[in-house]
Amino acid sequence: MKETEKPEKGNQIIEEAAQAEYKYGFVTDIDTEVIPKGLDEDVVRRISALKGEPEWLLEFRLKAYRHWLTLKAPTWGHVHVPEIDYQAISYYAAPRQLKKGGVEDIDPELKRTFDKLGIPLEEQLRLSGMAVDAVMDSVSVKTTYRERLAELGVIFCSISEAVKDYPDLVRKYLGKVVPYTDNFYAALNSAVFSDGSFVYIPKGVRCPMELSTYFRINAAQTGQFERTLIVADDDAYVSYLEGCTAPMRDENQLHAAIVEIIVEDRAEVKYSTVQNWYPGDKDGKGGIYNLVTKRGLCRGDHSKLSWTQVETGSAITWKYPSCVLKGDHSVGEFYSVALTNNWQEADTGTKMIHLGKHSTSTIVSKGISAGHSQNSYRGMVKIAPKATGCRNFTQCDSLLLSDTSGAHTFPVIEVGNDTSVVEHEATTSKINEDQIFYCNQRGIATEDAVGLIVNGYAKEVMAKLPMEFAVEAQKLLNISLEGAVG
Amino acid sequence: MNALKQYIDLYDEHRDLIEQQSPALLNTLRRSAREHLEGARLPRKGSEDYEATDLEAVFAHDYGVNVNRLPFEADPGETFHCDVPNLSTCLYYSSNDAFHSSPTAERNIGQVVVEPFSMAAVDYPELMNAYYGSQARLSDPTVALNTLLVQDGLFIYVPDGVVAERPLQLVNIFNAALDMMVQRRVLIVVGKNAAIKLLVCDHTQSPDYHYLNNQVVEIVAMQGATVDYYDMEESTPLTRRVSSIYVDQHEGSNVLIDGITLINGFTRNNYHVEVNGEHAETHLLGMTIASGEQHVDSRTFISHNAPRCNSNEMFKYVLNDHAVGAFAGKILVQPDCPRVEAYQGNRNLCGAPTAKMYTKPQLEIYTDDVMCSHGSAVGQLDEEALFYMRTRGIGIDEARRLLMQAFVADVIDGVRLDALKDRLHYLVEKRFAGTLSNCACCSQACRPAK
Repeated sequence: MKETEKPEKGNQIIEEAAQAEYKYGFVTDIDTEVIPKGLDEDVVRRISALKGEPEWLLEFRLKAYRHWLTLKAPTWGHVHVPEIDYQAISYYAAPRQLKKGGVEDIDPELKRTFDKLGIPLEEQLRLSGMAVDAVMDSVSVKTTYRERLAELGVIFCSISEAVKDYPDLVRKYLGKVVPYTDNFYAALNSAVFSDGSFVYIPKGVRCPMELSTYFRINAAQTGQFERTLIVADDDAYVSYLEGCTAPMRDENQLHAAIVEIIVEDRAEVKYSTVQNWYPGDKDGKGGIYNLVTKRGLCRGDHSKLSWTQVETGSAITWKYPSCVLKGDHSVGEFYSVALTNNWQEADTGTKMIHLGKHSTSTIVSKGISAGHSQNSYRGMVKIAPKATGCRNFTQCDSLLLSDTSGAHTFPVIEVGNDTSVVEHEATTSKINEDQIFYCNQRGIATEDAVGLIVNGYAKEVMAKLPMEFAVEAQKLLNISLEGAVG
Repeated sequence: MNALKQYIDLYDEHRDLIEQQSPALLNTLRRSAREHLEGARLPRKGSEDYEATDLEAVFAHDYGVNVNRLPFEADPGETFHCDVPNLSTCLYYSSNDAFHSSPTAERNIGQVVVEPFSMAAVDYPELMNAYYGSQARLSDPTVALNTLLVQDGLFIYVPDGVVAERPLQLVNIFNAALDMMVQRRVLIVVGKNAAIKLLVCDHTQSPDYHYLNNQVVEIVAMQGATVDYYDMEESTPLTRRVSSIYVDQHEGSNVLIDGITLINGFTRNNYHVEVNGEHAETHLLGMTIASGEQHVDSRTFISHNAPRCNSNEMFKYVLNDHAVGAFAGKILVQPDCPRVEAYQGNRNLCGAPTAKMYTKPQLEIYTDDVMCSHGSAVGQLDEEALFYMRTRGIGIDEARRLLMQAFVADVIDGVRLDALKDRLHYLVEKRFAGTLSNCACCSQACRPAK
């Protein structure tokens, strides 16, 4: 290949990648019960009533709603969230079939949907050995393996069921890590949250299988506001996976979730996300606004929380899975691959708040920007004055695949004592032409070479994903940059 | 509370007096500065880029402002010797914010022009008109305040093709017997293929008064120009300084800025560099040695607006006692600026449990064919290195001093003047040893004894 051909070929490859179809963009035609659009105290009361919630939870929602009214949407992110009309969204949508019966009567259409998404609700499940909670629009559709998990004392159910069955546990932990006063979207979620998963791992139990929740927005003009609460008691271990998709629609849909995790003494939680909400078409039309608050509290000594995320979807991503390292010797980890293409915008990163002595944290963030997208890493590492002997290492690399895309890094480091060590490294560059040339020389086409390099680049993070997810994530990267990079 | 208000009121009250005593050019911009200050607030601690610094509190003190331009009698040049051994410089003084003509220095060296604004407005009206206020951003309230109240400044002009033989040294001294705020202003225009080296040092003569230096420096480096700007602060715990340096770089220019803080009270240094020409090179260095209650905050912003240019940044902090250090740096590469190479580094040593460091290195890149990186680290001296030195019979204190000197050495080595480099090594050595207060050749005990 001649030297001059390279950039053109490269452009073409990226061009092709931009054309790649979003394969989860279908709409399932099932009967859905949607409450009318708009948001006021009555809507909050109605959601609560529909779900048959106790008084204290309604009170919590109303407090959050009243606080939300006093807040303004944050504007500091490197994303352009247009003015959202919160009165034009419906805050509750539920597949109607579900109401009729139990697990056996699950709507076949619904089941087909999850089969299409590759979510094994039935037989496949036994092979993969994974417990799944599937959430469609506002309600949890089905949770598998519940009985088997119950034998070990592990609670894995939708949060609405948990409110009914384990009110004390939910009340004890809900809003303790992300209070409703935390931020604009957290307040909104606290007021109108619909469903999500609740996980409780009792003392000393090592959860024998991966727990997984699959989120799907199906109904039009609705928002999804799920809430996940994970509690790992002393010496417990759990690996939790989260996946999400949405149909292709011209309108933008809002997704404002909260994930709270509490990790007690010597417990470990591994939280993995493959985020593949509909990113909008190649002209930037439609797509999900993914504005979520995720935070974990490592409350116990020697506790460990590990976030791994592969972000390929959403028109706008605004999310910062964080760790509050309160226990001595606690460990926080954050591994992220964020790929943006076309007109996507991602502003994502993490906060590591070191409060416990000798707590350590690792941050590895890999950004890949193509098309006209903007990809930012925003993070904070804070070491409190009394948190002596802490250690942090941060590495964020950005790879630019087009000259119209942007890659940005906004880290904040605050060190309050003299026995802690904090390191931060960041690089931004395009794919090394020498490396492509080297591959070309060995008979590897440019297309494959770009794929190899990108995969190699993201490998450090992919290796942290559970096996089943790693395969899916790998496929996702391929789809997002199809034809070239993969 | 709005600390700015007292100064705006002062201006509104004494507007005629202030304007009468300044060149007309300064008055033109003053009005737009007044407009910018309408409703403006100084950043509080915690706001963007001011994570550790509360400017509102710094300006809230009741400082005197010399609107009458009363002269302060003593000639600082007679009593104040701050020379660099083995370095022959052209020495200039400014006392508070007035440029002081000194008998030891000729007004214009060779073809290099060094004049107060009052004279430059007459001698070089075109240049003054074209460049005064051309870089400084009035959107920054401290810059707007400087523009509002400034009555004189220093103009340095190096005509095309002129290479200044000797470095130019400017010594800024606070010597008023009252609490005082000054608006220092410097405009440096370096013509095509011209070169100059500038050494600026800030001192305070009396440790008993509160001083605030709110300064703005504008540097314009034309095509192929080379500018070295060494900015050293050795003041007192009661001295506060808010400095904004703006640089406009044209094609092929080479600018080095080195900010050194040895002793101070509160310092905020803003560096704003616009790289507007291809093949331009920017070097931004910073070194801070802080102990006691010292507070040093630096913010850098380098905008690469042209392809094929490069920048290199390195800031190092050594913090002890209750010192607070802050660094916020941003590299911006605009769209369609390929082949930019930009590196940013920030390394910090926290030597005491109570010392605090805040750092925020940032990249904002809109072009793919670039090489950009930033790195930041906060840590302590290497225990093994200390142990190694102790096994060689070097005491713990001496070993720590040596390692700290080695830590800041590369910032000093970036200095492109050998004699100054030696002098800085010497000063840093003394600073770490805590004996900087005894300057051998100076009759003024301006610095606090440790």
